[in-house]
Amino acid sequence: MDEFFRMPSDLQHSYLGLVGWHLEEALVPVLAGLLLSLPLAQLCVRFPRLYPPVLWTTTVLYAVPSLAFFVLLIDWTGQSEVTVMIPLALYSLVVLVPAIVDGVRSVPEETHAAATAMGFGPLRRYLQVELPIAVPAVFAGLRVATVSSISLVSVGALIGNQGALGNLLADAMSYHRPELAVTSVATTALLAVAADALLVLCRRLLTPWSPDRRRRTAAPRPAAVPAAPAVEEAR
Amino acid sequence: MNLLHFVTDFFGRSGQWHGYDGIPQRLAEHLEYSLLALLLAAAVALPVGLVTGHTGRGGNALAMLATAGRALPSFGLLVLLFTVMGLGLAPVMIPLVVLAVPPILVTTYEAVRSVDRAPVDAARGMGMGPARVLFQVELPVALPLILSGLRSAAVQIVSTATIAAYVSFGGLGRYIIDGLYQRDYTKVVGGAVLVAALALATLGLFRLAARFAVSPGVRRS
Repeated sequence: MDEFFRMPSDLQHSYLGLVGWHLEEALVPVLAGLLLSLPLAQLCVRFPRLYPPVLWTTTVLYAVPSLAFFVLLIDWTGQSEVTVMIPLALYSLVVLVPAIVDGVRSVPEETHAAATAMGFGPLRRYLQVELPIAVPAVFAGLRVATVSSISLVSVGALIGNQGALGNLLADAMSYHRPELAVTSVATTALLAVAADALLVLCRRLLTPWSPDRRRRTAAPRPAAVPAAPAVEEAR
Repeated sequence: MNLLHFVTDFFGRSGQWHGYDGIPQRLAEHLEYSLLALLLAAAVALPVGLVTGHTGRGGNALAMLATAGRALPSFGLLVLLFTVMGLGLAPVMIPLVVLAVPPILVTTYEAVRSVDRAPVDAARGMGMGPARVLFQVELPVALPLILSGLRSAAVQIVSTATIAAYVSFGGLGRYIIDGLYQRDYTKVVGGAVLVAALALATLGLFRLAARFAVSPGVRRS
């Protein structure tokens, strides 16, 4: 077991250090993407004519390969973490914007009207009615964005060893230590699955009104499933 | 404007358009890996998606499978398989197929499952068997979504086939990897622009395919 976790000194990180660095490089962009896509999605809901061009732009950005994106950014941001994080943040938009738009649009007209009748202003209605109802759809998008972000960070290893756990891969080849590649792949996959599970848990805690897991026999999951085709379609 | 300078410099270099390291050769290699991977992934994911979507069962299992597929890092898998299996096409193909199966599988399942029940019931009432219902009613209606799944898989494959160059294969990634090692930024930028252009062309190609393949009655807009 020991050789799996004995890190080559050129990485200048312990195993846990790499894990932390990896999470930082993967999650900060998703968070930035979320903060960017909330107002963007709201604009698209408010002005529906904006939605197709926004969707098209994010799809095109997503089509730019990560490695290509990284190397094109080197010119401005150098071989640094930021170079890895900018594309990841932009990629997350392609799932988050449609997820939030669909979620907010799924708010029933009556609910909307009831909130207005109760004297909710636009901001309060957005924060207390629309966002909570959109939570399942938003989290469906967040899950896809987070999992792909975590697995994409490794490619950063190719631009000046900015790939956190991915940096182990180059060492696995140059030092002929395949077990380092195993460590890298297994840890990355585990982090992704754990982050996914954590997001599912968060969604459950944030939406205590959604149907209980044990009694969910006949009805399909309320919002997580309908959001999926829209999410996949946009990619 | 710096970038533009690199691009024109790259495409203007002599010897760029022929020979084993010329753009046509690298492009052909890239397309070869991508097409093969897409065919393999579709051969696995389409039948499974169609059947599970038709029966409406196994959605949770598919969702778990898709998450697992997304969780596996393509680049890591490539290097791992390369160090274990050695030089060969399999270490390149397996990560690409693993990458492409989840989007095809999940969209196909969702597309077939969410087909309007009324025409399906009508088809049954007309005496169609399960196979005819699937291929003559559900498949045409679900086609736009299925194609969008194939599109996202294809775009991701084209993007990711770039890293095949890291384990001494060809393709457009060759320019990026070689350029990084040779500190030849012109080459890196040229390669990156080529891959991005190819990925966008793939996006456009699927748009076009959807226009021709989808029956006029199903088209949404």
